[in-house]
Amino acid sequence: MTAIVEYGVGNLFSLQCSLAALGLAATVTGDVAVLESAERVILPGVGAFGDAMEKLRQTGLAQPLRRLAGQGKPLLGICLGMQLLFDESREFGTHAGLGLVAGKVLPLEDALRAGGYNYKVPHMGWNCLEKVHGRSPLLKYTGDDDYFYYVHSFYATGCEEALVAQSEYGVMVPGVVQNKNVFGTQFHPEKSGDVGLAMLKAFAEVT
Amino acid sequence: MITKRIIPCLDIRDGRVVKGVNFEGIRDVEDPVVLAEFYNRQGADELVFYDITASAERRGLFTDVLKRVAAQVFIPLTVGGAINHIEDFDRVLKCGADKVSVNSGAVKNPRLIEEGAKRYGSQCVVLSMDIKRVEGKFHIFVNGGRKDTGIDALEWAVQGKELGAGELVVNSMDTDGVKEGFDLPLLSAIAQRVDIPIIASGGAGNMQHFVELFAQPGIDAGLAASIFHYRQVAIADLKAYLAQQGIPMRQVYTGGEA
Repeated sequence: MTAIVEYGVGNLFSLQCSLAALGLAATVTGDVAVLESAERVILPGVGAFGDAMEKLRQTGLAQPLRRLAGQGKPLLGICLGMQLLFDESREFGTHAGLGLVAGKVLPLEDALRAGGYNYKVPHMGWNCLEKVHGRSPLLKYTGDDDYFYYVHSFYATGCEEALVAQSEYGVMVPGVVQNKNVFGTQFHPEKSGDVGLAMLKAFAEVT
Repeated sequence: MITKRIIPCLDIRDGRVVKGVNFEGIRDVEDPVVLAEFYNRQGADELVFYDITASAERRGLFTDVLKRVAAQVFIPLTVGGAINHIEDFDRVLKCGADKVSVNSGAVKNPRLIEEGAKRYGSQCVVLSMDIKRVEGKFHIFVNGGRKDTGIDALEWAVQGKELGAGELVVNSMDTDGVKEGFDLPLLSAIAQRVDIPIIASGGAGNMQHFVELFAQPGIDAGLAASIFHYRQVAIADLKAYLAQQGIPMRQVYTGGEA
C-alpha cells in the first residue's frame, strides 16, 4: 500500500486517481502508524515552503518522515514535496527543510535574471527531461524525449550528488533527485500523462 | 526546453459539450469524457472546461463530469464558469481541477483573485478575459460576452496579475468564431504589459494561424474549441506541423489514429 501524506497542503485528488488508474492501493493519511505500515510514502505539496514545513511540524509528521526515510522506506516528494526534502529554502525568508537530500531551494527569478534569461516565472508547462544519471530506478520506464509538467517558482541548487535528471529553462532545473531510498520530482508525474503514470509505476516497484 | 501549449476548450452545459460561434447558435457536440480522453491521446497539453450550465441546481452534473475526466485523464485541467466565490474554487478543486479560471466573478469582485491566490497559490488562478474593441479601445465584457463593462482590458490584465493571477486567457470576441486567425494586435498589447503566461483564444481556423500566433513574443499557449471538436484540425497533426516549423512542442505517440 502507498501512503499519501495528508498535512493540509494541496489537492490530492489527481494523485489518488493516478495511483488508482495504475491499480495501486493508496491511502491518504496523516496518521504515523499508517505511514509506518505503508510500503512506500508520497509527500505531495503545493504552496509556500515555510507554511508547508510548519504544517509538517504542527501535525507531528516531520520527525516520523525523517525516521521512516532513514529506515529505508521509499519516499517520493512531488513538487513542493520534493523541495521539502532539501536542507533549506530561501522562499520568503530562510526555512529549514527535512534535510533528506543535500541542497538548497532558491528563487528561479534571481537565477534567470543573473543569467540574462528572459523567461517567465513560474516555470509552467511541459519540459523535456534530460537524464543526468540514468540508473535511477525512478527512470525505469522514462525515455530520452519524455516531457513532464512543471509549475514552480523556486528550484533546487547544490544537489549535484543527488541529481538524476534535469530540464532546461534558461538555467538547468533539477527535475528528478535521489538520495538512496528518497526520491523527488520537481514536476507533477500525476499530471504528466502516460510518461508520468509510468514514473509513478516505477516508484511503486522500488524495493 | 519548455514547449508551447495546445489547449482544447470544452464548454459544458448539463453534462454535455457545446460550442457557440460568437457566443450564439450553440450546438451539441459530444460526451465530455470521451472527448477529453480523445484529446489526451492526441497530445493536448491541458484541457479547459467551462461550465455554462444555467441553473445552480444542475451544477452537480458538471462536477460529476469533472470527476470522471480527472479519474481518466492525467494532464492539467482548468475549470471556469460560475466561479463567483472562493467556495467555488473549493468545489471544483475537490473534483479534480488543477486551475480555476475566473472571469465575470473577478470583474464584480477583484478580491476573488487575491483570495484564490492566497489560499491555493497563483499557479491555480487563471484570469480569463472576454475582450472586444469599442471605439478603438479594448474593453472587458462579462456575462458570456453580453455586457460591456467599459473596463480597459490592458489595465485589467495588469491589475489581475498584481492581485495574484498566475496566467491569463485572452479571448478576443472580435476574432472568436471567425476562424481567420488569432487577434495578434490585442495579444501583443497584453504581452507587452504582463509577464505571466498568456493563453490566446479566439480565431483559430487552421494550422498556420498557430504558427503566426507563436511567432508573437510572450504567447505561451493557444486555445481553441470548434476546429478541434469538428475535427477540422487534429491536435496530433497540428503539433507535428508546428514542430516542423521549429516551434517547441510535446508530441505523444498516438498509435496511428491521428
